[in-house]
Amino acid sequence: MKEINELILEDGFLYSTQHEWVNSEAESVRIGITDYAQDQLGEIVFVELPEVGATFAKEDEFGTVESVKAVSELYMPIDGEVAAVNTALEDAPELVNQQPYKDGWIIDVRPSDPSQLKTLLSKDAYLDLLKGTEK
Amino acid sequence: MEQQSCKTGSVLQEEMLWEKGRKGKTGFSLPQRDVKSYPLDDSHTRAELDFPDLSEVEVVRHYTRLSQWNFGLDTGMYPLGSCTMKYNPKINEKLAALSGFTEAHPLLPVDHCQGALKLMYDLERYLAEITGMDAVSLQPAAGAHGELTGMLMFHAYHQKKGRRKKIIIPDTAHGTNPASASFCGYTSVSVKSGKKGILLPEAVAEIMDEDTAGIMVTNPNTLGFFEEHIREISDIVHSKGGLVYGDGANMNAIMGIADMAGSGIDILHLNLHKTFSTPHGGGGPGAGPVCVSKELAPFLPVPRIRKDGDGYVLDHDNPDSVGKVHSFFGNFGVLVKAYCYILSMGRELKKVSRISVLNANYIRTKLKDVLHIPYDRPCMHECIFTDKKQKAQKVTTLDIAKRLIDYGFHPPTVYFPLVVSGAIMIEPTETESKAEIDRFIDAVKAIAKEAEEDPSLLTGSPMSTRIGRLDEVTAARKPCLTG
Amino acid sequence: MRYIPHTEEEITSMMEAVGVDSLDELFSDIPESCHRKNELALPEALTEWELDDHIRQLAGSMPASSEYKSFIGAGSYSHFIPAVIPYLLGRSEFSTAYTPYQPEISQGTLHAIYEYQTLVSRLLGMEIANASMYDGATALAEALLMAIRITKKDDVAISMAVHPDYRRVIEAYFRPTGYTIHYLPYGKDGRTMYDTIPEKTEPACVAVQSPNFFGCMEEVAGIAGILNEQKTLLIVSFTEPLAYGLYKTPGELGADIACGEGQSLGIPRSYGGPGLGLFSSKEKYMRYMPGRIVGQTTDRRSNRGFVLTLSTREQHIRREKATSNICSNQSLCALTACMYMATAGQTGMRELARLNYDKSEYLKEELGNAGFRIPFSSPSFNEFVVEFPEGFEDLHRHLLKKKIFAGLPLEPYYPELKNHCLMCATETNKKEDMDRLVREVK
Repeated sequence: MKEINELILEDGFLYSTQHEWVNSEAESVRIGITDYAQDQLGEIVFVELPEVGATFAKEDEFGTVESVKAVSELYMPIDGEVAAVNTALEDAPELVNQQPYKDGWIIDVRPSDPSQLKTLLSKDAYLDLLKGTEK
Repeated sequence: MEQQSCKTGSVLQEEMLWEKGRKGKTGFSLPQRDVKSYPLDDSHTRAELDFPDLSEVEVVRHYTRLSQWNFGLDTGMYPLGSCTMKYNPKINEKLAALSGFTEAHPLLPVDHCQGALKLMYDLERYLAEITGMDAVSLQPAAGAHGELTGMLMFHAYHQKKGRRKKIIIPDTAHGTNPASASFCGYTSVSVKSGKKGILLPEAVAEIMDEDTAGIMVTNPNTLGFFEEHIREISDIVHSKGGLVYGDGANMNAIMGIADMAGSGIDILHLNLHKTFSTPHGGGGPGAGPVCVSKELAPFLPVPRIRKDGDGYVLDHDNPDSVGKVHSFFGNFGVLVKAYCYILSMGRELKKVSRISVLNANYIRTKLKDVLHIPYDRPCMHECIFTDKKQKAQKVTTLDIAKRLIDYGFHPPTVYFPLVVSGAIMIEPTETESKAEIDRFIDAVKAIAKEAEEDPSLLTGSPMSTRIGRLDEVTAARKPCLTG
Repeated sequence: MRYIPHTEEEITSMMEAVGVDSLDELFSDIPESCHRKNELALPEALTEWELDDHIRQLAGSMPASSEYKSFIGAGSYSHFIPAVIPYLLGRSEFSTAYTPYQPEISQGTLHAIYEYQTLVSRLLGMEIANASMYDGATALAEALLMAIRITKKDDVAISMAVHPDYRRVIEAYFRPTGYTIHYLPYGKDGRTMYDTIPEKTEPACVAVQSPNFFGCMEEVAGIAGILNEQKTLLIVSFTEPLAYGLYKTPGELGADIACGEGQSLGIPRSYGGPGLGLFSSKEKYMRYMPGRIVGQTTDRRSNRGFVLTLSTREQHIRREKATSNICSNQSLCALTACMYMATAGQTGMRELARLNYDKSEYLKEELGNAGFRIPFSSPSFNEFVVEFPEGFEDLHRHLLKKKIFAGLPLEPYYPELKNHCLMCATETNKKEDMDRLVREVK
């Protein structure tokens, strides 16, 4: 497992308390799991993706990420409709480990209430959260 | 004595069944035909069956070689916590194989099956006596199946009084507990154990309410401790109309000593393949009978076995019963072995528990300065350590476990219960001798030393086996389930 | 006692090391309220010789096959078991081993179960199989729940020609769930009628048994197409897998899940248990499957090996969201079945299946010629229904006294089938015994 100072955090992304990152640059908001989350899970073997077009509320479970010995639920950081899912993960779930912030993205969401993005954590706030977890 | 003791004699390679064999061979002595062949339209018949054809010799060689790749309980010590890997008596195997039992059809008229019915009736009585409960069903085929049966009974009981939606489950519980509860539509509410590693009444009182069907408690629990407050906890649950389910997986610690009914348990399951010495078979068949209080007896699966004068009958007339959970009466062949075990031990079952607890405490005492011990106090039949002391060398519980294989031991239970990080749970059982236990202790000490001096011995282990550590990641990413 | 290897000296020395003066001290944490008040009231311990005597008496009182002629199936079948099988099962590395969680020292079990999964898939014509369930009844119950998980619907349709005790187990499993069970009746030919599936309901699945409880092979090929349009799964179950040594497999018939009882594959009847729940499905449903599954992989030195896999479906990881609560399989029984299939091979399975069919066709023909009505005309395997005239109950009892178990009277299970009897003839029934049965009933 990595130490806190070894973890990668992307600039410009927002974070959730459930260890997901949110990239709100484009029209569709892109979501994945953080370096901390993939490190904790270990080698990922399967990602359960939602259907394109499905709608979820904030904090609803929209999928799971599995390693050999653990399962982690994925929770919506905001309300929205699933615009796209990363089908590359079906054959290569290890992308989540290798590139959690890029090719290992999980879903794109059309947010129904973009103001919810303000409730997410900044990179520094997320780092503080991680430091608290480690204690 | 040489420490590393896992060496092999002659262990041969062996392929898959379909990689051997040639069409036209047979291992089966086909019976004589004394009737003619009747026509059957081709439209009904199957495509060719793609099975290998092997001679009897090839079948025997195949399985003999495969068996040599396994480490069985007859090979060596299996200190698996919460599994009670005790010796499987051979006389029980012989007697369960008697043709009067093996050839018996389950739907024969009862007056022709009195031997089997008496055996089951008596076994029910003995299990009731050992647990202090009132009535028993032998139908569940495994511990988890017994749990499911218990949950079905919870549901049936509450259905009469008003449906409830939740079940309290300790954070130390075996995964089958919440899974069985959820099977019956219950939501699990977790309760944390206290600093001593046991449940606290206050914690239960806080969450017990009239929408909670009850609590599932393992006692002794999966940390190896007797739940000292069980009586108070049962009273709290009962006072709000709930029931107490006892997971009796760890019964081996308390036979002849604790009174499960007296602690307030309403339904308890037992694992005959743990406490009652029936073999594990590489993962079954076992048996998971449920023992219940008088009040819950009407809900037990049918048929019940009843005495009728000098004989025994099957009673299907129990309107409150949860119904059937098995196609027939349960794993009868397994029940025979448990019955034989109880008759062979009699009141010595109490000594079984006393020695199992002594063995575990002996290991605890000897290893508590070698491995980190999260709860440094006397245990029941199993003790827990962690890999905390070895973290500095980047050596994990898994590495320690795998290295024990090179020393000639099956690893203990690892990474369970989940509340203890890096848990190593050791249950020797009463059938391990002092000499064997001393050898185990020496092996753990040697491994701890290796962790300091040359951790690669651990991270590279097992090194003495035919197969090394396997790639479980690829097995899960790209599952290949048939050949 | 020979299973407790400690001497008194050793016990004393261990107590000293632990720091207690008596074994009682080890139990001081148990409060008074939880202590037993009395010693265990169990019979005096028996010696090996006394135990042997006692158990032989119990077993000896059961009907011995040399004296009794049995023509009963109904979910538990008489088949020859080659001597190699109990011999090989007696190897304690198989029978005394634990679940193969430590794969490096369990390759015997894992390799063998992978072979079992493979042969079961081939026998049933399906893509994948798991490492087994408890028995045919619980396997079917789990199959229905799996269909519900996959389709996200909450009702199922089950044929009335499924084994009555299997239906009772399903009812027990379903009671707390709120799911609905529609029962499909059987027709004059002894097979399931599908047109009674309520209009516009699309159940999660339609489950039939083939050969069904009456011994009839169900007509499924036609229905598979209709179901797929409705997104309803087809489940084909069975109590007699040997039928698939001869008949079209569930896979060929379009089944999504095929499951049933494997006792016929080398496992003794043993008064109903242990049995073996065979469970197989299409590959696309892999992650919805309950139970243990063995998968192939490699070790660090690139040797082929096997491990338990897809464990995240299971209770020890998923806990309350697991595909099932099942923890064990019936490993030794699965091993038995695989040994049986390996011993019989392609040639043996085909011939044994053929022999079962021919024996029961012979009995059917002889009973028919003797004037008894065979109500169901559908193709059957090794069981069929016979209608006897009024007074059959007395006849059945009379035959019992002559040590003949003449089938299973059906009235207790199907009140509309008074005086009907389910007969079974396997490769173990001799022609001369069948002839005698026919003579006795005439």
